[in-house]
Amino acid sequence: MISFTLNGALTSLDLPDDVPLLAALRGAAGLSGPRLGCAAEGCGACMVLLDGKPVMSCTLALGAAVGREVTSVEGLGDFEAPHPLQIAFLKEQAGQCGYCLSGILVSAAALLAADPDPDDAAIRRALDPHLCRCGSHNRILRAVRRAAAVMRSDVVEAA
Amino acid sequence: MSDVVETPKLPNSLRDNPRLSRWLGFGEGGQVIISPGKVELGQGILTALSQIAADELDVALPRILVRTVATPNSPDEGVTSGSLSVQNSGAALRHVCAEARMIFLQVASQASGVAIEALRVEDGIFHGPNGPVGSYWTLAERGLLECDATPGRRAKPPAARRLVSISTARTDLPDKVFGRPRFVHDMRPDGLLHARVVRPPSRGAQLLELPEGELPGGARILRDGDFLAVLAEVEHDAQLAAEWLAMRTTWAERDTLPDENALAEWLRAAPHQETAVVERGDPGEALSVRCLRASFFRPPVAHASIGTSCALARWDGGVVEVWSHTQGPYNLRKDMALTLGIPEEAVVIRHVEGAGCYGHNGADDVALDAALAARAAPGRPVRMLWGRADELGWSPFSSAMLVDVQAGLDEAGCLASFRLDVTSNGHSSRPGRGKLPTLLAASHLAEPFAVPPAINLPAERGGGAQRNAVPGYRVPALRVGMRTVTEMPLRVSAMRGLGAPVNVWAIESVMDELAVMAGADPLDFRLRHLEDQRAAAVLRKAAEMAGWARRQRRDGFGLGMGVARYKNLGGWCAVFAEIEAEEVVRARRLWVAADLGEVVNPDGAANQLEGGAIHAASQALKEAVRFDRRRVTSDSWENYPILRFSEVPEVEVQFINRPEEPPLGAGEPSFGPTVAAIANAIHDALGIRPRTMPFTPENLAAAMETA
Ligand code: FES
Ligand code: FES
Repeated sequence: MISFTLNGALTSLDLPDDVPLLAALRGAAGLSGPRLGCAAEGCGACMVLLDGKPVMSCTLALGAAVGREVTSVEGLGDFEAPHPLQIAFLKEQAGQCGYCLSGILVSAAALLAADPDPDDAAIRRALDPHLCRCGSHNRILRAVRRAAAVMRSDVVEAA
Repeated sequence: MSDVVETPKLPNSLRDNPRLSRWLGFGEGGQVIISPGKVELGQGILTALSQIAADELDVALPRILVRTVATPNSPDEGVTSGSLSVQNSGAALRHVCAEARMIFLQVASQASGVAIEALRVEDGIFHGPNGPVGSYWTLAERGLLECDATPGRRAKPPAARRLVSISTARTDLPDKVFGRPRFVHDMRPDGLLHARVVRPPSRGAQLLELPEGELPGGARILRDGDFLAVLAEVEHDAQLAAEWLAMRTTWAERDTLPDENALAEWLRAAPHQETAVVERGDPGEALSVRCLRASFFRPPVAHASIGTSCALARWDGGVVEVWSHTQGPYNLRKDMALTLGIPEEAVVIRHVEGAGCYGHNGADDVALDAALAARAAPGRPVRMLWGRADELGWSPFSSAMLVDVQAGLDEAGCLASFRLDVTSNGHSSRPGRGKLPTLLAASHLAEPFAVPPAINLPAERGGGAQRNAVPGYRVPALRVGMRTVTEMPLRVSAMRGLGAPVNVWAIESVMDELAVMAGADPLDFRLRHLEDQRAAAVLRKAAEMAGWARRQRRDGFGLGMGVARYKNLGGWCAVFAEIEAEEVVRARRLWVAADLGEVVNPDGAANQLEGGAIHAASQALKEAVRFDRRRVTSDSWENYPILRFSEVPEVEVQFINRPEEPPLGAGEPSFGPTVAAIANAIHDALGIRPRTMPFTPENLAAAMETA
């Protein structure tokens, strides 16, 4: 039994510890947010946070999560209580097919948690492990800047 | 005499599927259900179509529910491609909704005694002078839509539209930012089994021997000739089993691919069919006092979707139901039936979204793989998922292309002659169009189907290799020819723009060079030769956005332009590019001006144009399918790099909105002009004319040597 905190809730999965974390999240844990893109650390579609740090869950063994906190895009917020980043991505219409967004959102959340006022270069650096084929990059960069500004102020944006 | 105006033909999609109820219905909960035949590919089409329908019916936008395409009931609108969705499906839905509105109002008028002119529609409710007299929903049971559309113009005049030409939030995006199940990859029906395909190690390889022994996780092997797959209860077991099997299976391999370093020569020498695209005057004659010749080459390139192709299938008796992110559900149905040897009615295709595809990628192929795997487990749904190597190594590519241009100026420095010859494989292997199925696994079965070479559609239907091969400039002597190569060592098919990106790059490079020969400014030189005023207008606008007239030379930087009317019958687009030449060339800024007629969702269209421009920059600067004599070696992101966040240019997009003109698609028009603008900016910065894509240091160095 592998136990860890998943999106705030204690979770135990009856799986071998060498199963990739992504397979466990999409399989036994029933999530859809973390996505498979390459299974080789090449695209960032599978990115989740492990104790707040972005990790590519496609190659990370489930065992590495024991006793730790895993956060996927579902854990950032939902329709009722969205994360400022999720609101900003909707406001900026930052996405086309959206396949890349789950991973990008969690990396951006980790960045803003560490640096509330990142400059353009810092945002690009944080998102560089992520591929987006639809060319939504500039909107995504704008959305991250927008969320950062909102989070630094006391203003809450409505979804 | 006004009859001619009042009875225009039905829009094409509607002529083929005239029954109104096939497109429109009214739900019990107060919804309006529209059923377009086009599918969501991440381009936001469902939102634009909802806007059009809500506007014509006078209902609030949130009432619109879109029923995604499923055979056999959805209208058959062929393939969602070629930037035609708003044009075709939008025109059909606008017509259907306008006609439905009229029919409903007539019935409400008769029933209430209120003259039709005195009725107005507010959010679907019909109001007379003394209050409401009914609604779409009170009359929904009467079967009023069980009739065929009739010609006639009933749609609102552009000035009366309220919901179009207004930026509207995409209806599919919330699911995607909250990570909710939305893609075919996320479907989890009860009893789901998981499948992986084990492709041959190289093209043409034959399976000699399967390994002995147990597969991991009790997975099952499934074999039909050289088609090999595994099936397991748990997804990860399917993955492990596929890896286990791939390592231990014995295949006979042979060389089937040309030398990647001599691909241009291979194209020239390969068997081909010649077609004259345009002939006007004789460009061979000595009209020109100054001439130039140049050849442009692009290697094959990949769609490279971020998600891998995926499909679900379930057999029930003789019927197979398939959930697929195909671009053409009816086309897929035809080739599935052909391959599986069952009637078309025994195949049901339901569209579910996948990752963006940018053309004909593996979406259709994986649907057949799923059906083949599911045949071994009747009654159970099976999900087939490709890996990255399948996606980058086995999806159809866009063909290598070679464009030879010869052009000349007269005494006055005007374009006197232009000759262009494009050599390429065909640009469509889409399913459902020929006698043979084009699905990948069809050629791997024990009773294999031959692989038909890709085709080029005729120019009136948008063409393929010859798309945008005819320059939009005034020239007395013009000859455009196409050589369609009939041997197809790498399977190729439609990708964003088809032949347009390479043709536009070639033409726009030559225009720049001719301007230099004529001692003219490249912008003025183009404007002098543009008769098409909508092309001139976007070019002027982009020039203004980029500050062309005030530009100042900066060391290491270059500014270039490109313009084209997509397909010579779609949207007009001009792009200016600023590049910086360091050890590699970086695209820094792009200015995009477009005229797409009526723009239904400006923000959505801007998103598409920008996406197309960034995709083009990626292709221009980085992309090439790599291979040895047997296998495609660029089957990972490492070996098929695309543009990253640290490399993407800033992009500014502006429209010339023409609400009175028909809407034109936004996904492709910026592609060719962007490639061209980057090439011309490279020349501006470095004095080198790029002749080979991608514009890497190696290819630019080679261009410098031959210059
Ligand atoms: S799926 Fe993990 S990086 Fe691509
Ligand atoms: S939005 Fe499609 S890959 Fe990023």
